[in-house]
Parts: sequence; structure tokens; C-alpha cells
Amino acid sequence: MPRLSAPKVLRPKPAKPGQNGNGRAPLTPVEGLAEGGITAVDWIDERTSVSGVTRWVLFRKVPRGTNWYYTLGSATLFAFLNQAVTGVFLAMYYRPDAAGGAYESIRNINDNVFAGQLVHAMHKWGASVMVILIFLHMGRVFFFGAYKYPRELTWVIGVVLLILTLIMAFTGYLLPFDQRSYWASVVGININGSGPFIGPFLSDFIRGGADFNSTTLARFYSIHMLLLPAAIIALIGAHIFLVTKLGTTAPPWLRPDPEDPVVEDLERAPV
Amino acid sequence: MPDRRQAKPKYTADRNIPGAFEGETVTRRRFMVGAANGAGAVAAVAFTLPALGFALAPVFKTPEATWQPIGPPSDFPKDNYVVKVITLVPGLGEAGKSIAYVRTRDPAIDTEPADQYNRWIALSSRCMHLGCPVRWVDAAARFICPCHGGVYNIRGQVAGGPPVRPLDRFYTRLNTATGLVELGPRYSVNSEFRRFSPRDPAEPLDGIGQYLYPARWSTAPLPGS
Repeated sequence: MPRLSAPKVLRPKPAKPGQNGNGRAPLTPVEGLAEGGITAVDWIDERTSVSGVTRWVLFRKVPRGTNWYYTLGSATLFAFLNQAVTGVFLAMYYRPDAAGGAYESIRNINDNVFAGQLVHAMHKWGASVMVILIFLHMGRVFFFGAYKYPRELTWVIGVVLLILTLIMAFTGYLLPFDQRSYWASVVGININGSGPFIGPFLSDFIRGGADFNSTTLARFYSIHMLLLPAAIIALIGAHIFLVTKLGTTAPPWLRPDPEDPVVEDLERAPV
Repeated sequence: MPDRRQAKPKYTADRNIPGAFEGETVTRRRFMVGAANGAGAVAAVAFTLPALGFALAPVFKTPEATWQPIGPPSDFPKDNYVVKVITLVPGLGEAGKSIAYVRTRDPAIDTEPADQYNRWIALSSRCMHLGCPVRWVDAAARFICPCHGGVYNIRGQVAGGPPVRPLDRFYTRLNTATGLVELGPRYSVNSEFRRFSPRDPAEPLDGIGQYLYPARWSTAPLPGS
């Protein structure tokens, strides 16, 4: 007959490491917390290798001469994040109803909702800030020659992001649905329609019909908050991946150090 | 450069692939890859095409022409315009409304041929530069656009500024049953007042303009055409 053992809870527990025998003092609460944190991070890292990715993204080498102009891309990214966060919360109160509900819901956000005016203003002014920053960023890349080989694709993606940002600005302008935004959109759609052959049909597509109608606002809203954000997030991901993979360029005014000849020069030099 | 495709034997059996069938030209691995990718493509197209059609449908949808009463014939003088609020898009509240400037046709100034649809001249308030609303200024006998300075005379012809063609018009007719003037679909005119199906602003209709900016499916068919 096998010997019956006591239930698990009643059995004496083996001593924890550090409690006796191995010469280490018990962990202080702070050390315990740190150990716990390390354990949790290790658990995740073992399953995702996230620490390597983080090191690859954040702790990469940057060339000598890197300066404040190199922060314009990050600044644009943070302007976009501001738009994303404030936009998501504005969508909680906004109603894309062209028969008066859209304007009323914006009025409600501005007049009644706690901090509504602030969040609305952050989104409204943030849009202009983002457009300005993306142009400055493009100027920095252009004047520093940072679009050249091997970074052409990064530039092309950036141009697509610029166009998408401008479409965001155009579609977002209609949403408050006041006189200014209505007529600005009418004018904008008609400018687009003045393109020969496909212009008139493109205008019909944008409006969802021959005239500005009840689906036009819904279309703009859907493009503004579903279609374009998804595309922009995906392209920002590709853009940042390429920046991380290829590294950044040195400013054009930095010349190679004569003390540090490149390999070709060494090979050509008489031995 | 040697052509490697030619060097490959046609039959898998000749390529020393284990388990090759007699007369087989495509390996089963290759076939499965193609089948799986093809099935994925079919599935993606199955939801993309209906969604695209759904979004594009309004471009191809032709509405019916509608007529709305705007008042008895005595409302409209020959030498000045009367403002009438009209509904362009029903169910859209204020945003679906617009105004038409209406007067009785005056053969002394309206030289385009008369027919049953222009006994009253009804002009759209939409500026033909970029679509802002023009207003009739009685003292100057001109339509003036607030946005970019377009000016039109009493016939709607461009008198100055950037507009590319005269103001659009609406068909009008007399409903003999009610005795009221009715306003029908909008139409565009070129500088000789030839009628065209309604175009958007900023699209000239003189010369090659009518070919550069073709008629759309999304506008109601014109009466009598």
C-alpha cells in the first residue's frame, strides 16, 4: 500500500533561494519589485524578441553632425498621433448628418462637452501644424540630399504620405459643416472637376452624385476617419522601417575625414 | 546569358523529381501554391469588387427629372429678377436648398430661340468659376460672386472675372392644371446659349470644352432630348 502524502498546501515548502544556505540576504521590497519587473519583461521578450527590435529601432548609430533639423520627421509623427488621439475622441460626439446634425454636434462639442473646445481646437490647429511640419520635413530631406540612393523609396512613400495628409486636410475641412466648410468643399470639388475627361466623373465619385447631397458628408467622414488613417498608419510604418534599416544621412556640409580614408583610396594607393 | 528555362525538361519525370507522374508538367507543390494563392485572390476580389461597386454606383446612377412649382406667372417681371428658394436635393435640410433667379423672358434682350422651356428665364446662383453663390445686385444690374470676383450681366453672360461660361439655367414650364410656373432640371449653356446637360462649374463649354468635359451619367436627362 502506498504511503498517503499530505495535501499540497500542508506539505512543508522548500526554502526559497536566498532564504538560507546560499549566502544571499533576502530581497528588499524594492529589489523584489525590480526582480518582478525583470521577470515580466523577460517573459515577454523570450516570446517576442521585442528587446532586439527596440534596440534596433531606438539605439541605432546616427552620423556625426545630426542636428535639430533631423527631428522634423518625429515632430510630424507626433502631430499625426495628436490628430489620431483627438480625432478618435471627437468621433465619440460627432454625427455626420448633413441635414443639420453635423453642425449641431460640433456646436455641442464646443459649447457643452467638458474640454470639448480644447480637444476640437487641438484637432483643428494640429491639422495645420501637421501640414506645416510635413512640408518642413520634406524640405529638410530635399536640401540635405537625404532622398538619394539608397533612400529613394523612403522619399516616394513620404510623398504619398504628404498627398494623403493633404486629402485628410481637405476631407476634414468639411466635417464641421458650417458655411465656410461647405463652400470651401464646393470650391475644392469643382477645382478637382476641372481636370479634363475624368474630372467630372471624379467629382461625381467624391460627392456621391451630381450635386452635393446627403451622402457627400458621410463619404468625406468615412474617408477622413477610416480609409486614410489606416493607409497613413501603414505607410508611416513602412517609412520608419526604411529609415531604421537604412539609417540617416550626415548633413551635406560634412566632408569625409581625410584621416579616415575609404577602402577604395587604400587600394589605389601605391604600396 | 544562357536561357535556363529552355534547359529544364518539360516533364517532371525527366527532372528527377521523386514520385513524378507520367506526362506531368507541373509539380504538385507548384500546383498547390498556385491553387492556394488563387483561392486567396478570389476571396479578396469577392469582397473588394462589391465594395468598390457600392462606392462607385452614384457615378452611374441617373436620376429622374423633377419639377417644382415656384409661383404664378404674375410673380416674374421682365426687367428684374425674383429670388426663389428651390430644393436641389430633397431630405438634406438647408444644405439641399438653393436659390434661382427668375424673370419673364424678354425677346428684346433674350436672343436665344424661344421654346416651351424658356418662357421664364431661371438662372442658377452657382458661380461658373468654382461654384460659390452669386447674388443679383439690382443697382448694378449684375450678378456678383463673393469668392473670386466673377461678374455676370442680366442674361447671365460673363461680364468680368474668372468664370468660364454663362450662369447655368433651369428649365421652366407652365403647369396648365395649377397655373403655376414650374422649375425643372438645371442645364448649362455655352457663350452662344446652346444648351448642354448640366456641367459642374469651372468647365468651359466653348470650343473643345464640351469634349474635354463630357456629359455625366449622374444628371437627369434633359426635357425634349
